[in-house]
Amino acid sequence: MENNKQQNNKTICHTNPDWSWFARVKAAFGINDIMPDFIFKKIVLICGLFILVMTVMILISLIANSIPSFKTFGIKFFIGKVWDPVFEQYGTLPFIVGTLLTSFLALTITIPFSLAISLYLGGEFIKEKSFFAGFLKNSIDLLSGIPSVVYGFFGLFLIVPIVRYIQIKTGIEPYGVGIFTASIVLSIMIIPFSASLGREVIEMVPAEIKEAGYSLGATRFEVIRHIILPYCKSGITAGILLALGRAIGETMAVTMVIGNSNMMPKNIFSPANTMASIIANEFAEAIKDLHFSSLIGIGVVLFIVTTVISIAGKIIIRKFAIHS
Amino acid sequence: MKKILKTLVKLGVFALVLGMITKAYATELTGAGATFPYPLYSKMFDVYHKERGIKINYSAIGSGGGIRQLTAKTVDFGGSDAFLTDQQLKEMGEILHIPICMGAVVLAYNLSGVDQLMLTPELIADIFLGKIKKWNDPKIQKLNPKAKLPDMNIVTVHRSDGSGTTYIFTDYLSKISEEWKNKVGTGTAVNWPCGLGGKGNPGVAGLVKQVPASIGYVELIYALANKIPFATLQNKSGLFIKPSLVSTSASADIKLPDDMRVMITNTEAKDGYPISGFTWILVYKEQNYNNRSYEKAKALVDLLWWMVHEGQKFTQELHYAPLSKEAIKKAESLIKSITYNGKKIMN
Repeated sequence: MENNKQQNNKTICHTNPDWSWFARVKAAFGINDIMPDFIFKKIVLICGLFILVMTVMILISLIANSIPSFKTFGIKFFIGKVWDPVFEQYGTLPFIVGTLLTSFLALTITIPFSLAISLYLGGEFIKEKSFFAGFLKNSIDLLSGIPSVVYGFFGLFLIVPIVRYIQIKTGIEPYGVGIFTASIVLSIMIIPFSASLGREVIEMVPAEIKEAGYSLGATRFEVIRHIILPYCKSGITAGILLALGRAIGETMAVTMVIGNSNMMPKNIFSPANTMASIIANEFAEAIKDLHFSSLIGIGVVLFIVTTVISIAGKIIIRKFAIHS
Repeated sequence: MKKILKTLVKLGVFALVLGMITKAYATELTGAGATFPYPLYSKMFDVYHKERGIKINYSAIGSGGGIRQLTAKTVDFGGSDAFLTDQQLKEMGEILHIPICMGAVVLAYNLSGVDQLMLTPELIADIFLGKIKKWNDPKIQKLNPKAKLPDMNIVTVHRSDGSGTTYIFTDYLSKISEEWKNKVGTGTAVNWPCGLGGKGNPGVAGLVKQVPASIGYVELIYALANKIPFATLQNKSGLFIKPSLVSTSASADIKLPDDMRVMITNTEAKDGYPISGFTWILVYKEQNYNNRSYEKAKALVDLLWWMVHEGQKFTQELHYAPLSKEAIKKAESLIKSITYNGKKIMN
């Protein structure tokens, strides 16, 4: 007993550091009690500004390096269909189309799944604290932590053969790789982003409103349809946009399964290429100046596309928020 | 508090001393460039470090990156699978191309039941131009009478990333086909008329293994290591040559130019495999730039000399083709011509 008490005393001493030196330093420099608050505020402000500066610097370095290419090709850089590093013709339309096709297709595939998952985990169909709910939640979070190259392998070894089987059965060129395959892999990759956010906003729907609905004799589906979804519209949209952003920028997994053909895709099964993927592929060996500058030019286009989508998203979220 | 301060001071002094020691005594060389010879280089540099105590850092960032870094003079040497153009040489000053080893590009295919496939230059060009569309095309069947060629569309597979392998292969195609030269041309990345792209040798090999009726080009080393079947090609003298380390080295048994800036694809050598090439280490001829020390320059010259002589014994076990005698002779005279302040480093 005695021994135990002594030990306790020791631990208390250990966890209670001596801050008197801090007071002495403060006194020495003539710092009053408001000063730390002021300093903290400035530090936070600087950190915030740092993000802004970084964004602007990225944009500046991208634009500065891509000017030679924009000057040479003008509008043709955006609407040209030929990407030819040998004869120095750089048109990026196939990559823009490839990027938008894969990411929006992936989004279309992912929305029903992520919505279902977030409704299920949001407490409508499962006890929030149950073991199974926790297991599901953690596995979805785990999905977001898997490196994209692993998704690429998964796509290559599992999804590609399945898609090829479908293609053989339906008489399409049996490549297996292509826009469709890339979209499926992408849709799995982005589920955690939209599902997690969706689940969080659905959990926040006040119980009173839901109970009011049930008390009026509404079925579970009617509560979801008329109460939960309208209430969570903006949060769910935000999650979907986050997922879209991720899909547009994804490189490695897409490169591995899209077929890397620099031509305009003919249908959703044809091999294509995306903006992020062409940059990753050709950047290391881009020796010619114009080639280098055109690849950075694609970076600018990617930046613009992401910005436009993010702004559009903000507008949509605001509109929904007003209505609800 | 005092304790922490003391430790900090100790640490600071230690770091300072350490920094001074490494700066004063250790000669380190850094290089960057081609990925193709990377396994060989890391083996060579590792052995060299154990034997001579000189540490060499090589980052495999691609030939283009290596050339850019050498231009910026941030590395001691660059590695490249493609030689510099006259234009680039004019901009960068006098750069020497030291050949280190040789590699070959093979045409790997996926045709169940076909163990041997013979192809002529014309057929290869037509397949990759998309002009021959089916495997049972009479032209292919005539050359391979015993093979059971399927009535399937040919799927060509190429590298999606810019690479020296693509450079060698497209250089070969440009030499054998006028149409290829005018329509597509030679480069580390080109505008492919048809087919799929895979990232890196593993990417191409993976696609060829997976997609039925496909054909793609990969490094010989890669095809050997992964046991993928590859085609036997007809060379310039009309013989059908099976790609191997021996036939790759044989392709350089020709008269070579003094500066070694040469593509030996479609070689004149009788037993040479037609799609092979050198990989080079690029160095400045005058080594006194950016205040580099004489020791560093000397270390670099010694290393290069070692790589083209003793280092060659590591090539075969890693599936690279060693330099031919002719190539070693040229490399020797190139290394001997390296100077420091205008004076030759080796005699």
